[in-house]
This record gives sequence, structure tokens and C-alpha cells, in this order.
Amino acid sequence: MASHAADTHADPHVVSTIQHHFESADQQKDASTIGMWVFLVTEVMFFGGMFLAYFVYRQAYPAAFASASNNTSLLIGAANTTVLICSSLTMALAVRSAAVGKKNLIVLFLILTLLLGGTFLGVKAYEYHDKWVRHEVPGHNFDCRDESGKACIDAGHTPLFFALYFGMTGLHATHMIVGVGIILFLISQARKGAYGPAWHTPVELFGLYWHFVDIVWIFLFPLLYLIDRSAVPK
Amino acid sequence: MANHAGHAGPHVVPKRLYFAVFFALVVLTWVTTFVSTLDLGRWNIFVALAIAIFKASLVVLFFMHVWYSTRLTKMIVMASLFWLMLLLFLTMADIWTRTWMGVPGR
Repeated sequence: MASHAADTHADPHVVSTIQHHFESADQQKDASTIGMWVFLVTEVMFFGGMFLAYFVYRQAYPAAFASASNNTSLLIGAANTTVLICSSLTMALAVRSAAVGKKNLIVLFLILTLLLGGTFLGVKAYEYHDKWVRHEVPGHNFDCRDESGKACIDAGHTPLFFALYFGMTGLHATHMIVGVGIILFLISQARKGAYGPAWHTPVELFGLYWHFVDIVWIFLFPLLYLIDRSAVPK
Repeated sequence: MANHAGHAGPHVVPKRLYFAVFFALVVLTWVTTFVSTLDLGRWNIFVALAIAIFKASLVVLFFMHVWYSTRLTKMIVMASLFWLMLLLFLTMADIWTRTWMGVPGR
């Protein structure tokens, strides 16, 4: 087991220490990693409940879900998914840069992750605005008639799709907004040289969180944008 | 890292692995988008979800380093999937089969 001090070359005030209840840096890191994964398991359950609600209601009102989900923009959805995948790549590269001790690259890749995450949220805000303007937000203003005044299919249950759309993408976006806050903190720490090969646990664990949020979107995208594309009831 | 003897030292994988995973994810995103425009009947959802599961697996295994992680971490990941499948499949098994018989109260 390598001694912790031997492979640390950051300035002394940021050198991490092994807390007294751990035997080694490796054990300490394993414990942190497992803790993060257990947190992510609770997140899987958290989102899982919403996915279940989606499946149950889609099963109950397929026509309403098919017609409503065709109001999402395929191109915007696919482009935004690509943006989020790019941010996952830059996040993975940020963690790698920390592991090989390239301080400037950590900062660069974290900033890129921040910008790509911000782009995703911006596009999401545009989509929300679009839905608001088109009266697709469930509630008083909801109105799914088309330009000619023809009511949509199963108008009584169409708001369910949009309620789930806003609930699921909203919860996802909330996670990203929290992530943006944490990235800002990580950037400020990384600029001070806090992370190096010996210790960069916060960067690594935040990476897990960010990739998890990416995975949630990987499932939201087909369910909300794709699967009923060719099934519009005429 | 050479100076880390333990298994949990930072596992540095080649950059090209990340780029390969990234490339696969982007290609699959546009493939699934294109396939959604084809009318496969009831198979649309299965194709879309199969691609999504494959993409998510790539992210979990390589971006999240589960491929290189300890067995305990792998077990935690599998446990979360197991519980999620219980939640989804047991509930949906009820929903799917409820209409099969004229059960009073339905």
C-alpha cells in the first residue's frame, strides 16, 4: 500500500489525510465510492416511481399518450441528448485529468461540463416555454385543440402525459441544477489545486452523480419523445 | 498509477476508450431517433428501450468505472437494478393481466 504522503505533490494545505477510522487511502476511497453508489440506488428508486407511473398510465391511455408525445420535437430531443452525452464525456475526462494530476485540464473539462449542462438546461427551458405557449401545461390553461379547433384524441387524459412529462423532466432538470452548483464548487477547488492523483474523491463521486443523471435522460428520451412516433391514431 | 499498489487507486483508462464510448452513445442516439420514425408496430418500444439499456450499460460500465470497481460496488449496482425490476415488473404484471378475467370490482 503506497503511503499517502509519498504520492502527494499538491501544496500542503490541501493535502488530504486519511481519517482515523480508515486503515488506508484505498479503504477510505472505497468507502466513499460505496456511499455514493448507495445514494444513487435511492435515486434509482426515486426516479423508478415516476417511471412506473408513466408505464401504468401509458398502458391505461395509449391513445392519449401517443398523440401527446408526438407534440415533442424529435430533433430538439435528439440534439439535447447529444449535448448531455458530450457533457458526460467531458466529465469522464475531468475525472481522468484529476487521476493523472493535470490540474488545468480538470478545470477546463469541468467548465466544459458546466457549459454543456447549461446548454441542456437552456434548451429544456425553451421547450418548456414552447409547451406553455401552446397551452400544453396541465391546469387551467390546458387546451389541446389544434388550429382548426378540433379536439385532440382522448382530451380528458392527455394532460396526464404532460403532467408526467413535466414531472419527470422537471425532476431531472432539478438534479442538473443541483449538479451545476456542485460543479461551480469543484471548479473553485480545482483551481486551488485541491485535486490530484492521490486524492480527488469529490470529482470522482460527482462524476458518478452526473453520469447517473445522464442515464436517467437516456431513458426519458425514448419514453417521452420516441416510442409513439409512428403510432399516432388517425 | 504506478505508486498505488492497492486495487482502489485511481484506475486510469486510455482516453480512446472514453472517446469510443462517447462515439457509440452519439451514434446510438441518432439511430434510435431514426428508428422511431419507422412503423414497427408494437416493436418500437422494445427497440427503443433495448438501445437505451445498451447505452445506459456503456455509461455505467465505463464512464462510471463499474467495470473496474470492487465486487461490493458491483453488487450494489445489481441490487438497485433488481429492486427496480421488482417495482416495474410486479406492478405491471398486475396491470397487464387484470383485464384477462371479469374480476368483480375491476
